[in-house]
Amino acid sequence: MSLQEVFQEISAADFFYRNRDIAGFTNPTRAIYSTIRELVENSLDACEIRGIPPDIYLRISHESGPTDGPGIYRVHIEDNGIGIPHDIIPSAFGQVLFGSKYKLRQTRGTFGLGGKMAILYGQITTHGQATIMSSTGPTKIHQYDLTIDIQKNKPDVIRHKTHPNENRWHGAVIDFSTEADYTRAMPKILEYLKQTAIVAPYASMTYVDPRGRLYRFERVTVQTPKPPQETLPHPYGVDVETMKRLIDITKERTMQSFMKTHFHRVGKTIASGFLQQVGIPAKRNPKKLAPDEIVRIVNTMKSYKFLAPDASCLSPLGEELLEAGIKKELSPEFVSVYQRKPSAYAGFPFIVEVGIAYGGQIEPGGGIRLYRFANKIPLLFDEASDVSWKVVNTEVDWRHYKASPDMPIAVFVHICSTKVPYKTVGKEFIADRPDVEREVLNAVREVARMLSLFLSKKIHLARDKHRLDVFQKYLPKIADFSAKLAKRGKPPDVSPLLRSVLRYEKTEESEDDQDSE
Amino acid sequence: MRKPKKVKTTKTPSRVEQKKSIVLSSLKGLGEQLYSQLSQNQWPSVRMPSRSITNIHYDQHTRQYILGDHYVRRSARNIRHIRPLTQLTWTGSFVDELAREGKTSTLRDVFYSAQAYEMSFADQAESDDIITDLETVLGHAREDFNVFPEERSAIFGDLTIQYTVRGYEGRRLNLSSHPDGMMIGPALTNAEFVQCKADKIIAIEKGGLFTRFIEERVHEKYKALLIHTAGQAPRATRGLIRRMNQELKLPVYIFCDADPWGMHIANVIISGSANAAHLRELNTPDAKWAGVYASDIVEYKLPSDPLTDLDIKRLYELEKDPRYDGKLWKREIETFLKVKRKAEQEAFSRYGLSFIVDEYLPAKLKELG
Repeated sequence: MSLQEVFQEISAADFFYRNRDIAGFTNPTRAIYSTIRELVENSLDACEIRGIPPDIYLRISHESGPTDGPGIYRVHIEDNGIGIPHDIIPSAFGQVLFGSKYKLRQTRGTFGLGGKMAILYGQITTHGQATIMSSTGPTKIHQYDLTIDIQKNKPDVIRHKTHPNENRWHGAVIDFSTEADYTRAMPKILEYLKQTAIVAPYASMTYVDPRGRLYRFERVTVQTPKPPQETLPHPYGVDVETMKRLIDITKERTMQSFMKTHFHRVGKTIASGFLQQVGIPAKRNPKKLAPDEIVRIVNTMKSYKFLAPDASCLSPLGEELLEAGIKKELSPEFVSVYQRKPSAYAGFPFIVEVGIAYGGQIEPGGGIRLYRFANKIPLLFDEASDVSWKVVNTEVDWRHYKASPDMPIAVFVHICSTKVPYKTVGKEFIADRPDVEREVLNAVREVARMLSLFLSKKIHLARDKHRLDVFQKYLPKIADFSAKLAKRGKPPDVSPLLRSVLRYEKTEESEDDQDSE
Repeated sequence: MRKPKKVKTTKTPSRVEQKKSIVLSSLKGLGEQLYSQLSQNQWPSVRMPSRSITNIHYDQHTRQYILGDHYVRRSARNIRHIRPLTQLTWTGSFVDELAREGKTSTLRDVFYSAQAYEMSFADQAESDDIITDLETVLGHAREDFNVFPEERSAIFGDLTIQYTVRGYEGRRLNLSSHPDGMMIGPALTNAEFVQCKADKIIAIEKGGLFTRFIEERVHEKYKALLIHTAGQAPRATRGLIRRMNQELKLPVYIFCDADPWGMHIANVIISGSANAAHLRELNTPDAKWAGVYASDIVEYKLPSDPLTDLDIKRLYELEKDPRYDGKLWKREIETFLKVKRKAEQEAFSRYGLSFIVDEYLPAKLKELG
């Protein structure tokens, strides 16, 4: 046994291979769920970036092994997104941490990891290869069969073919085998697709499951949300490492212009005010800052009064689309949606959108149903740890809104941000940061007020109906018995009085009600 | 010895029949009213004096509680009234049928019969309430339309009656023919008085004493009709006492326990109850409370018990009650509060079984004249 530790460099692919829990590939059940989720989200992003209404076809088929436990399944997904330039296809799918998502704008994933992680997981569990076909719209479609060289973090292209593209198709097709416990993952996968359909009502999705059942989610609109714009980092969200990288790449010669060029919502005036506060001359060359000065700058950034980040980098769903999504999937009796104004936590802008719905396919009982979304991703796990759960279940007094947990009520909370404040790397629930919590609470209260109005009206209508029922029950009896008492043959006709009940309702409530017994 | 009274009977229609036809026409009138309102597309409604506590007044003239000028309207237009109004109408048609067929019913019976018409009452109290409403609307006691309570009291003495109830029409009965007394039920209440050899009525609270009086032949010795009130006298009994008082001109003496509750049994026979303020002819203003008085406890040195807190509270209530305005009432309430003791009628037994009949009764009758 050697007394010396052996140090070895590992590649990014190797790192994630060894730590696949981080990316949600803990076990065959969770892995297939994460695979579907990552692929679908990549496809949606690839469409929305250019405002294309997504058309997604997903198929999972059983290849070998048991179906009541982990077996081998083939995953196939097609989209009509912008496609991937053919020269970067191998890297995009065969190199971990290669991607377009390291900029500050709102996208579904953040690591640029998901799709590749899915392929990587498939490769290590089946020793198979992945097939990727894509075109950005010109005359050729490129097909790559590849594997990932885990130790080198490099794609290993086995075959590259081209096909003619007569229809000028753009999009991507990914196909590979993977280990999965589909039977156990199925409920979550279906729920994921259904909730995705709520949050992306402009997408059409077709899913063929291993038993050949077809699930079809039809779009109800072709309007897609405004694509997010890229944005600079806001000073509040910058750490020492980011600062050093910015200094590395900057072409600016003075601190003032450095601040102005590289930070979100920092102009000349704010830059010089800030530098004065830190005690660093505006003319200083950023490349010549001492390490302790950099630390001082970053620390001061946290407390200095900068302008709040603007929300141009966000792509909220919008009230109209949220409402359309809720209506489409749950056909509720009542729905109300509300979008808060942009807000920020720690330098990251965010927008809270909420919806509330009553009745329809929402099942009554078991408390208020909560649908959580972050950057248009449904969050299905660890509900009780989420800030929205806390708001809905502990902070809102539903009785105040004439609502009760046994009613068929669903609340939808969508938080979009350049950096969603997930509490853990599993990215399934959102931390109860005070700024976020406040926004969620205010938004939920707003729609709860709308629900309250609806419920009042409903109660009112039910009461009117009850009144009519009472009159209809008793008035004919009075007619019968009085005719009998008066020794008249035929009871008088009460229908004119009954007809007047509804018209009459408002005018007379409790006249003649002076009986004090 | 006075000659036995011969009651004028057969002047048709009899008093009982007259009353029956008045009740039937009142019921018809109620039906006509509702029917014509409905025919004119008006919401049917009835108007009746309010029975709320603020509308019950003591009337010096009739010496009973009566209802004041406050009226309430039960209208089908009002969601809270339509159900009771329907129940009232149904009850009207139900008792109309009863009266026509010469049948009787009990309060309990009415409660169950309603269910056959999908007119269920929530509980007995609700159906009793509706009967009281009907009494108020018609101005007749439920016994007049053949609805009787469960409790029955009894009568014994030399009075011959003639039945009017179906199947017994014309049959006669002397009320001294059975030594346990005759039950005061619908047949007896609706009977005509034919011949009476008694010259007074003695009403007794307790069944034991009633039997003792019969055994001691009080009815012969004092020419009395004996009535067992069985506690608070049922309305049928109170009505019967009044009829005998008015039709046979018999004075009425009431014997009860010497406590506030016994005293009140006598008072209700004399002045009526607040619950029956909507009705007339149930009280006997000239009846006399003949004991046992609080002062008798002292005078006769009767075995007695201390008054409970509840008894004393009741005495203070009675003190404020207009029905207790008389000198005798006032004096005895004061005495009760002073001696703070109460005694039962049976307490006289300490002087032997016949003491109450041989000593106490003659003394009291003499005292009251």
